[in-house]
Amino acid sequence: MTAQQDIALPAGRDKTADRKSGTAMLLLSIAVLAVLFLCPLFLKNFTVFQLTMMLIYAIAIMGLNLLTGFNGQFSLGHGAFYAIGAYTTAILMEHFGIAYGWTIPVAGLVCFVSGFLFGLPALRLESIYLALATFSLAIATPQILKLSILEEWTGGVQGIVIIKPDAPFGLPLSQDQWLYYVTLGTGLLLYWAARNLVRSRSGRAIMAIRDNPVAARSMGVNVSLYKALTFGVSALFTGVAGALAAIVVQFVAPDSFTLVLSIALLVGLVVGGVGWLPGALAGGAFIVFVPNIAEEVSKGLSGAMYGLIMILLIYLMPSGAGGLIRTLADWQKRR
Amino acid sequence: METFFQQVLGGIATGGIYACMALAVVMIYQAIHHLNLAQGEMAMFSTFIAWQLLQWGFPYWAAFVLTLGISFAGGFLIERVVLKPLENAPVLSHLVIFIALYAIFNSLAGFIWDFTVKPFPSPFGTAALFGEGLIGAHQAGMILVTLIVLFLLFAFFRYTRVGLAMRAAAANPESARLVGIRVGTMAALGWGMAASIGAVAGIMIAPVVFLEPNMMLSILLYGFAGAVLGGLTSPGGAVFGGFAVGVIENLAGTYIPVVGAELKLPIALALIVVVLVIKPNGLFGRTVVQRV
Repeated sequence: MTAQQDIALPAGRDKTADRKSGTAMLLLSIAVLAVLFLCPLFLKNFTVFQLTMMLIYAIAIMGLNLLTGFNGQFSLGHGAFYAIGAYTTAILMEHFGIAYGWTIPVAGLVCFVSGFLFGLPALRLESIYLALATFSLAIATPQILKLSILEEWTGGVQGIVIIKPDAPFGLPLSQDQWLYYVTLGTGLLLYWAARNLVRSRSGRAIMAIRDNPVAARSMGVNVSLYKALTFGVSALFTGVAGALAAIVVQFVAPDSFTLVLSIALLVGLVVGGVGWLPGALAGGAFIVFVPNIAEEVSKGLSGAMYGLIMILLIYLMPSGAGGLIRTLADWQKRR
Repeated sequence: METFFQQVLGGIATGGIYACMALAVVMIYQAIHHLNLAQGEMAMFSTFIAWQLLQWGFPYWAAFVLTLGISFAGGFLIERVVLKPLENAPVLSHLVIFIALYAIFNSLAGFIWDFTVKPFPSPFGTAALFGEGLIGAHQAGMILVTLIVLFLLFAFFRYTRVGLAMRAAAANPESARLVGIRVGTMAALGWGMAASIGAVAGIMIAPVVFLEPNMMLSILLYGFAGAVLGGLTSPGGAVFGGFAVGVIENLAGTYIPVVGAELKLPIALALIVVVLVIKPNGLFGRTVVQRV
C-alpha cells in the first residue's frame, strides 16, 4: 500500500456512462458560469470582494490539484509560492511602477522557475518526507520575508501597500467588480489550460507517474523531468493566485503567508475533490466562508466548530465535492 | 571553544524537549503509518488536564499517572470514534481530520482554560546543575524521563506479545489479521499510547515553555523534524534526531553570520531536508523495499 495509490482517484468510469451524464454536466457548468458572471452586478462590494477571494483560492487549489491530485506529490508548502507571487507583484508595482496587469504573468513565471527548482531536490523525497520538506518551506516563508537584509524590497514586517486599480475604458464597474472580472477571466483561462494539460500526452504521463512511477519509467516517461515540471506548473498557478490576491487585498505582509495558508489550501483541495479540477471552486468557497459560519455558530468555540465541520464533510463526502457530484450522477442514472 | 560547548549543551537541553515529542510522533507513526498533526495539541490538552488535577490538590505523581491514564483513554476513543469509520479513506482525508482535531483541541483548551499563560511545576526543581544554568535540574530530569520512556517502549515492542502484535499490525495489516491479531484494536492502542507519551512530553515541557494553548506548535515542528531526521521507523533514531535538531538550531544561530539568528528554524529545517535528500529514509530508518 503506497501513498501514491492511496490518493489516486476512485475507480474509472466507463465511457458511455460518461457521455450520458456529460450533457447534464454541461448544463450544470453553463449554469455555474452564468451565476459567476452575473452575480457581482447585484451584490455589495464586500461580498464581491469575498467572491473574488474565493476565485483566487480556487486558482491556487487548481495548482495544488495538478501536483497532488494528478501527479501524486504532496505539498504542505504551497503558501510559499502564493507568497512569492504576491510579493513579485507588490514589488514590481511599488518599486518599478509596472502596471498591475503585467505583473501577473511575471509573477507566474517567477513561481514557475522557483517551483521547478524546488521540485528538483524534492524528486528524491516521497510522501511523508516530501510533506516535511514542503512543510519546512511553509514555515520558512514568513521568516525569510521578514529578514532585515531584504527589508528594502519587502518592507519587512510592515509589508507593502499597493493601490487598487480602477476599471479601465470607463467601464461602469466599481473597483471590486472590475477585479472580480479580472480574476474570473484569469481563472477561466487557467482552468482551460489545466484541463487541456491533463488531457494531453503530458497529462497522461503525469498521471502515469502518480499511479505507478516504475511502470511509467519503463514506458519511456522521463519521471524526474515531468515531476519537476509539474511542480513548476503547479507553483505557476498558485503564484498567479498570489499575485491577484496582492492586488485585490492591496497589501502584502509576511504574516499573511504562514503555514495556516498552506494548510487552508490543502483542506480546500480535499473538500473540492482530489483529482477533479472544477472542485477547486468548492474548495475556495470553503476557505472563504466556512470560518465565518463557524464564528457565527459560536464565538468562543469557532475553532472547534471549524474542525467539526471539516470532520463532518469528510464523513459525508469522503472524496470531496467531486465525489459527491459523481455519486449523485450515478444515482440519477440508476433510477 | 567555550561558546561552542555552551551552545552544544544548551542545544542538548532544548533537544530533550524535541526528543520527547519526536518519540511520540514515531510511536503513532509505527501504529498507524500517519504523521498526526494534532499530536502536539493532544499533548497540550493532556497537560492542561494535569494542571487541572494539580489545581484540585492531587499530589504531583498521582496527577501524572492519572493524566497518562486519561490521555490513553482519550487517544483510544479518538481512534475508535473519529478515525475508525475512515479506515480506508485516502491519506489526504486523514490529513484533513488531523487538521480538524488540531483546531478542535486548540479552541477547546482556550475555551475551558482561556489563553493566559500559566506556570507549571517541575518535579525536579529548578536548580542549575552545571554549565552556568545551561542545563538545569529540570532539563536533566526531562532527558532522563525521555530515556526511560524510550527504554520502556523498546522493551514493550521487543519483548511483549502485544508489542509484537502492534508491530505486525502496522507492518502488514492483512497478514496480521490472518494470524488472528485484532488490527483495529492495535491501531486504537497505538493512539492511546501515543496520547500518553504526548502527555509525558507535555508535562515535561510545560515547566520550560509555560502552559498555554499554543505552546506546542513550534515544538511539534521540531519534533517532526527530529523524527524524520532520525527515521520514522526508529524510536531511538527519533530521540537522537530530536537532540540533533536542538544542537543544530543553536549552532546555526551562533555561527552563521547575518541571517543565522533570524533564521534559526528555517536553517535547521533546510539542513534536515539536505540530510533527507542524501538519505531519504532518515539516518536510522529502514529502507522500505517495494514490490512493483
